[in-house]
Amino acid sequence: MASQNKRIAKELAECTNSPPPGISISLPNDSDLHTWHVVLEGPENTVYAGGRFGLVVSLPTDYPFRAPTVTFATRIYHPNVTNDSLGNICLGPLKPENWKPSTRLAGVLEAVRALLIEPQPDDPLEARIADEYRADRKEFEKNARTYVQRYAKGPVKFDSAVSATAGGGAGSGDDKKGAGAATTGSGSGNNP
Amino acid sequence: MDTDDDFMSNVSSEDDILPDDSENDMSGDEDFGFDDEPDAHIDSQKDDGYKKKAAYDISFKVYQPSDVQKQQDELINEVNMILDISKEEAAILLRHFRWNKERLIEDYMDKPSQVLDAAGLATTSAGPPRMQVVPGFVCDICCEDEPGLQTFALKCGHRYCVDCYRHYLSQKIRGEGEAARIQCPSEGCNVIIDARSLDILVTPELTARYHELLHRTYVEDKETLKWCPAPDCENAIECAVKKKDLDKVVPTVSCLCGHRFCFGCILNDHQPAPCELVKKWLKKCADDSETANWISANTKECPKCNSTIEKNGGCNHMTCRKCKHEFCWMCMGLWSEHGTSWYNCNRFEEKSGTEARDAQAKSRVSLERYLHYYNRYANHEQSARLDKDIYHKTEKKMVQLQKESGMSWIEVQYLNSASQALQTCRQTLMWTYAFAFYLARNNLTEIFEDNQKDLEMAVEALSEMFEKPIAELADSKLKVEIMDKTSYCNKRRVILLDDTAQNLAEGRWTFNTELLGSGANGGPSTRR
Repeated sequence: MASQNKRIAKELAECTNSPPPGISISLPNDSDLHTWHVVLEGPENTVYAGGRFGLVVSLPTDYPFRAPTVTFATRIYHPNVTNDSLGNICLGPLKPENWKPSTRLAGVLEAVRALLIEPQPDDPLEARIADEYRADRKEFEKNARTYVQRYAKGPVKFDSAVSATAGGGAGSGDDKKGAGAATTGSGSGNNP
Repeated sequence: MDTDDDFMSNVSSEDDILPDDSENDMSGDEDFGFDDEPDAHIDSQKDDGYKKKAAYDISFKVYQPSDVQKQQDELINEVNMILDISKEEAAILLRHFRWNKERLIEDYMDKPSQVLDAAGLATTSAGPPRMQVVPGFVCDICCEDEPGLQTFALKCGHRYCVDCYRHYLSQKIRGEGEAARIQCPSEGCNVIIDARSLDILVTPELTARYHELLHRTYVEDKETLKWCPAPDCENAIECAVKKKDLDKVVPTVSCLCGHRFCFGCILNDHQPAPCELVKKWLKKCADDSETANWISANTKECPKCNSTIEKNGGCNHMTCRKCKHEFCWMCMGLWSEHGTSWYNCNRFEEKSGTEARDAQAKSRVSLERYLHYYNRYANHEQSARLDKDIYHKTEKKMVQLQKESGMSWIEVQYLNSASQALQTCRQTLMWTYAFAFYLARNNLTEIFEDNQKDLEMAVEALSEMFEKPIAELADSKLKVEIMDKTSYCNKRRVILLDDTAQNLAEGRWTFNTELLGSGANGGPSTRR
């Protein structure tokens, strides 16, 4: 157990000291190394640009021998992410048969980011969105942008919401206040 | 002279075998054969030798666990010698090629390094793998850097501490049931762990599990091999029937443990019905589509709002509770068209009700047809179950008979044969009804139904005799009758199966499953 924590602590240190591009990490609960909150900036030149997406990473007790689970806490319109409040992701290296104990979380998070840059419609979780992505790219982009406007603006909210300090993280400081208000006011049209 | 003699003896033995065979066919195959030798081999020799194979017969072989191990060892040794690689590597290569030795050798000769790479064998040889202490080592998995840490690496050179390696392997073997394809823990490295390295690392208990899993993958990897599905049976069966031929044959095999099953779908013996029909039938019986059938047959729908209505009394003047539509239950037409003839409907020819009545009638026919076959199917299924109870009683009966009549053990075996025959024949009869349900009428169906009837009559007659009290069973006249009837039942079963299998192989049956949307069955399906 101690050695596992050593590994997790090391990874956490690496990720906070030199975070992968567009990614910032925090612990919602300092005594629990097994749940990470991640804020992922929508990559430039993609439909997700300008959005900020919350990811929840939970490490199983026998990490790194079993794969962590990574889910989107922020709704996102994407062929490889379930279009619901669960936000499950289909990611190759996280499948049990592909997971290797030497795989690093930084690499996993980068893979998630790469998925935003280049969706994989051939291996979809949302077949309808994948079809749209292939057949009607304009419509897909419009929908994805609408989702960004509606859900991915303002302070990032994580489902579990263990502590208020979790959300905004290293991003921009002014987001920290009033964490509860913004994202839920979805359809009200006050967003730019 | 010698050859003549042989020829003569062959003929005479054939004569002996044929009538004998039909009588003992079931009891011999099922279990409790008089000899303890594995008779599958003998049977198959007999088949090849001088008996014409019945159309429903399929050749197969039963392997015991030691045979399965031997087969693997032989293949591994062969590859080990031909390609001059270690046995562990040969095993990994064979597994990669799903035990297709020819293709492995051909590919390997062609491009050895590519084959080794694809199979997860490192091409560099860094000596045999062993545990090692490396100064200044930090384990990449647990980040431990204590001096004196035992480490291990496969030929790929990705080195981790022994604790992590063990944990990883036990997670794979115990947690995921993986054995043949456990890769090096390093990300992106596809080198497969070999049996010898594993033996060095893990506890004997885990090694045993690992070898068991490997053993299992051998059978699962080979298309021609399947495990006997009977509980606690460890045998595997080899049969060459291909998946695409399953509409032509019903490959029924019987294991040494006595279990008879279909090699195609692993379900219990379901001759003469082909696998696909069996699947359809079981689904039909299981799901509640028949509830819908009942509804169609016993209720009517309001002609206006389509609410389902069951009439439980009262007069024919219906007023829909939902939409207040008034109609006549008899003709389904508007009530207002009835004028003043309130309590009986004499407007049967009225056009407004014709359609509703037609759909109703069709649905009834379809339901009755299904119930006809289902009831008979279910009856045989239940009787077979009851026969099993009787079979247990038979054993007691036989002991009693031995005591009371002074007959020897061998002399009471006829009851055992009768019980076995009953079981098998009922099993066959059961599936003939599922088969018949999907059969479209042509001139062959009549022959089929005759065969079915003959077998059914014979089985019921035998069943009746079989239930007689001990005192009567001891009567030698009844004994002869039972023996005759047993043999007759088995013969009728063979005739039925032979005929059905032959027509199936030659594609002469036509089935109505694709036609369910039209014709007599159209009612319920179009309405649902």
